[in-house]
Amino acid sequence: MIVLRTPGGVSLRLHPRALTVGLTCALLTLAAGVLALGSGDYPMSAADVLRTLAGDGTPAQEFIVHELRLPRLATAIAVGAALALAGAVFQTLVRNPLGSPDLLGFTQGAATGALVVIVVGGTSTMLSGAAAISGFATGLLVYVIAWRRGVHGYRLVLAGIGIAAILTGINGWLLTRAPLMDAARAVLWLTGSLDGRGWIHALPVLIALALLGPAVLAGAGPALRLMEMGDDSANALGVPVERLRLALLGAAVLLVSLASAAAGPVNFVALTAPHLARRLTRAPGPNLLPSALLGALLLVVADQLAQRAVPGHQLPVGVVTGLIGGAYLIWLLAAERRAGRL
Amino acid sequence: MRSRLRGSAMTLAYERRTISRELTVDVPDQSFTVVIGPNACGKSTLLRALSRLLRPSAGAVLLDGADIHRRPAREIAKTLGLLPQSSIAPDGIAVAELVSRGRYPHQGLLRQWSREDEAVVAESMAATGVADLADRPVAELSGGQRQRVWLAMALAQQTPLLLLDEPTTYLDIAHQIEILDLCARLHEEEGRTLVAVLHDLNQAARYATHLIAMRDGQVVATGPPQTVVTAALVEEVFGLPCRVIDDPETGTPLVIPTARRRSPIGVTT
Repeated sequence: MIVLRTPGGVSLRLHPRALTVGLTCALLTLAAGVLALGSGDYPMSAADVLRTLAGDGTPAQEFIVHELRLPRLATAIAVGAALALAGAVFQTLVRNPLGSPDLLGFTQGAATGALVVIVVGGTSTMLSGAAAISGFATGLLVYVIAWRRGVHGYRLVLAGIGIAAILTGINGWLLTRAPLMDAARAVLWLTGSLDGRGWIHALPVLIALALLGPAVLAGAGPALRLMEMGDDSANALGVPVERLRLALLGAAVLLVSLASAAAGPVNFVALTAPHLARRLTRAPGPNLLPSALLGALLLVVADQLAQRAVPGHQLPVGVVTGLIGGAYLIWLLAAERRAGRL
Repeated sequence: MRSRLRGSAMTLAYERRTISRELTVDVPDQSFTVVIGPNACGKSTLLRALSRLLRPSAGAVLLDGADIHRRPAREIAKTLGLLPQSSIAPDGIAVAELVSRGRYPHQGLLRQWSREDEAVVAESMAATGVADLADRPVAELSGGQRQRVWLAMALAQQTPLLLLDEPTTYLDIAHQIEILDLCARLHEEEGRTLVAVLHDLNQAARYATHLIAMRDGQVVATGPPQTVVTAALVEEVFGLPCRVIDDPETGTPLVIPTARRRSPIGVTT
């Protein structure tokens, strides 16, 4: 641990390892981003990409980078960071390493809204809006059901699982009602895809991240660390536990809803990124910032794999994150068993 | 006798189950107050109310004359600390890191780790004898060591008032005494006001300067152990016939349960 102190009484604590992990993730994301902007049907060198970003590209390059590839990259970064940040918050709030938006029903809720629009018919903006709103409404519903003089971690999980089961049923029913073309579109959306995403998808998530990110990281980060030790301990140390939990839950549900609205419920990022971040930083606590940065990196890399893994055929990014995330969890299980912890 | 911490005409209830009605309790300043009583008599509930974990449905808990639910939690946490019964040590956390979390109410966005924080954490670990364990993971410690680490965290909070909810549960007798000796030292040397819930009557009588005896959610008796712990009161509160003698070590009351007349071995009646 490094401590910085100024004569004015300002003191900052820095964890070198967490800092290194965060910086490495950010740099790798940038590198992967430049690579992503340069690859596709019209390949560009890294130098060309950087020149175009600086505003010195040919009109064709400008169009390809700014109109086609940058929005998709921005969506990937924003959605990955939002999902991972929300996942880290959920896992700490419910004190369960499996606490994720899928487990708590929020992604299913967002899917219901999206499916209704697909079945009834509507524009892609309406689809995104409906997904965001129904995801957020599901969050509220779970909170209300779980609330009994405060929300206990596992009551939240039980309420979430119940709601998730009901919504999965409803979603299945909606899918059977949809004409074949719409059903195919719906399944693609449900898998999570970044195909054809523009600024209209990236912006809401970026704005939410810009507003909620600092509030969650700086405003609630230290308190969230205390909540890991149990409500009683956190309360005793002066954390207004119930109010903070409601605020954090609201922020996390909003991030997940907007991320789902932008790219569909992309699998496993929210679950995997915080675990991976904790293993890399070896620091106890929710590791919010490293999680968010790792989430962005994961999704950018996964999207590249999705576009290039099978030549001539694009996979939805959710397929790749599912495969990576699932494989990682199984590896984690094996590693824990070897270490005698499981 | 002054009391910074008071419970005034409190009704304490969980959901629909009411534990106490019109409960009034004063914690004398600079006392080592111990709450005693049979299981489910409401002693832990009282402690939860005093520590702000349970909001009274009527009445109020007053700290320095003001309702503790009307003041910012962080402000209260600089005056009133709590060692809860169950705390969870986060995965992989080291002792010093856990103890340093006790500094939270004194910290801020730009004041994350002052020299004072550092000094207080070191002092707290020294006072509880866990300084040697500073870099060890909490998960690897024994039960007694772990309880001392949690106590160190509560001490690092630097509150003049400290509440302890059954601090000796799950510890063997040697570690129970170790924790209680430590509490007595904090009380005597640092002048902190301590309030503890204890199960063992004899330990309560030995360490407390002030006892609160409860039954069925009500206070039955308060005062120094010598006046509270009598054979009649133990019979009334616990339903246990007993004799009370002087503790040969300390002279405090010692409760000896009356021997049950047994039928001779092998003879059925």
